[in-house]
Amino acid sequence: MQILEGQGVTKFFGGLAAVSNVDFAVGQGEIMGLIGPNGAGKTTLFNLISGSFPLSSGEIRFKGQKISGLKPHRICRMGIGRTFQETKVFGNMSVLQNVLVGAFFGNPVGTSGSDAAREATEALEFVGLTAMGASPINDLTLVNQKRVEVARALATKPELLLLDELMAGLTSTEVGEAMELVTRMHDKGITILMVEHVMKAIMGVCMRVMVLHHGEKIADGTCNEISCDRKVIDVYLGEQTHAGS
Amino acid sequence: MDITRLVSTHRKLLLGGFLILVLIFLATFPIWARAYDVRVLALVLIYVVLAAGWAMFSGTTGYMSLAPAAFFGLGMYAMALLQYELPFPLVIAIGGALSFVFALLIGLVTLRLKGMYFAVFTFGLVVFMTEITQYLETRLLGKHGQAIIPIDNQTLFYIMVGVAVATVLVTYLIRRSRWGLAMLGIGGNEEAAEHMGVNTTGVKVFTFAISAAFMGVAGVVAAPLLIYVNSNIAFSLYYSFLPIFMAILGGMGTAYGPVIGAVILGYLDTRLRAQLFNYFNLGFGIIMVLIILFLPKGITGLVPMLQDKLGGAMRRLRKGDREERHANT
Repeated sequence: MQILEGQGVTKFFGGLAAVSNVDFAVGQGEIMGLIGPNGAGKTTLFNLISGSFPLSSGEIRFKGQKISGLKPHRICRMGIGRTFQETKVFGNMSVLQNVLVGAFFGNPVGTSGSDAAREATEALEFVGLTAMGASPINDLTLVNQKRVEVARALATKPELLLLDELMAGLTSTEVGEAMELVTRMHDKGITILMVEHVMKAIMGVCMRVMVLHHGEKIADGTCNEISCDRKVIDVYLGEQTHAGS
Repeated sequence: MDITRLVSTHRKLLLGGFLILVLIFLATFPIWARAYDVRVLALVLIYVVLAAGWAMFSGTTGYMSLAPAAFFGLGMYAMALLQYELPFPLVIAIGGALSFVFALLIGLVTLRLKGMYFAVFTFGLVVFMTEITQYLETRLLGKHGQAIIPIDNQTLFYIMVGVAVATVLVTYLIRRSRWGLAMLGIGGNEEAAEHMGVNTTGVKVFTFAISAAFMGVAGVVAAPLLIYVNSNIAFSLYYSFLPIFMAILGGMGTAYGPVIGAVILGYLDTRLRAQLFNYFNLGFGIIMVLIILFLPKGITGLVPMLQDKLGGAMRRLRKGDREERHANT
């Protein structure tokens, strides 16, 4: 069953088609990768799914329901969580408060204070930051801020989680930890769509990969299919990657 | 013996006691104070409502509203035009409701503006209100300015006590609720807040309207205190900027910060401004610059700073004590 489907998804910025006539589908329970060179439209596609701005044309459906045109907070409450490429934490709050925002507002029915607090604590524990709950968020390193973003998104109880370059700027040990985190979230039953430049991570956890280039979808398939795809190698992977990982 | 520990363990009790003392002071004030001072304090309370009302919305969301004068003036004019038609309590309610609805409409149109665009718009709104009121007044009523029948200052004072307490209480309750968390989220990162399920437009517009309602009520009560109202007095930008300075002076990190700022500046403003106009503005300007430079978190921001320094000094003292004893043995 498809949890997320897009048909003819298009977004113009002025005359530039940032995303152009893209059809895509994410299956329930999948971990799907979204790759492509810088400026290919990956983050734009995320922004269209999460409702940051309206589509120029096309339609996006979540669990069969049309979500394109809805406001971001509605889309979030329907069950789509996300993180941001450039971390967007609430700089004026503690770590736990950051996650509490997700726990309070991300669920469709009014959550009680104690429930929200419990969910936020659990989400923090899940990403391994329990000890830092009371710290001001700005005291955390970038890696940990990204984890807080994941916890904050988890606290909204998403069925589909959009991860925008979770692993950018991490050391290889940290990438390993982040991959493990993605796998654990998947084990909880969350479908994941992730934008990533770290190919090791994509190949390591993703079941399927979609490739964007100049706003157009140029390939879609399993990791093996993608890494052998002539077009993908030309525009993105290059010859070396083809051989290995 | 240990004062810092005493304060930290009995914080709630001390705070409650202090608040009760303040309320007793306010309740008995007209009985023992001079009539003139009752009037001064009533004016100060008006500033308290404006400053706390401003901080209720702008302090947490970071949206710089320069519109207090628009809502305050609307309240004044409601009083000016309805004073002969309706009883005073009803006019108060209407002034608040009018400002609420007006702010709701303004908010729906403009709160998608971000940063300085919103500030500039609200600034323009006050100027617009001045002009349109003057135009309509001269056109429809054939005069500029309205005399207000005085109401005895003691009554006005007690009403203002009630309004001020309500404003601060509502600010406090909002701050500690999930609604306050949503506003803090908007101030921290609006895009992220939206994506975490916060209905940012709804939260912003509604809070903006609530804060405007309090300002409108303050305007209704201010009118009989000032006795005469015209468009330049009612919609004076002074009423937009002064509450902001008060909130900055007091500090916006807490619900009571703006109150402290409003009491200090409001008192100085009502007592000294008329007497030493030029010197007052000069001194006022210098003080504001110094505060923004050295005390960006305002007077209430001093508390944690002093606690830090004092705590450190105490620890050093105790440690020194112990070392000395150690050396002696």
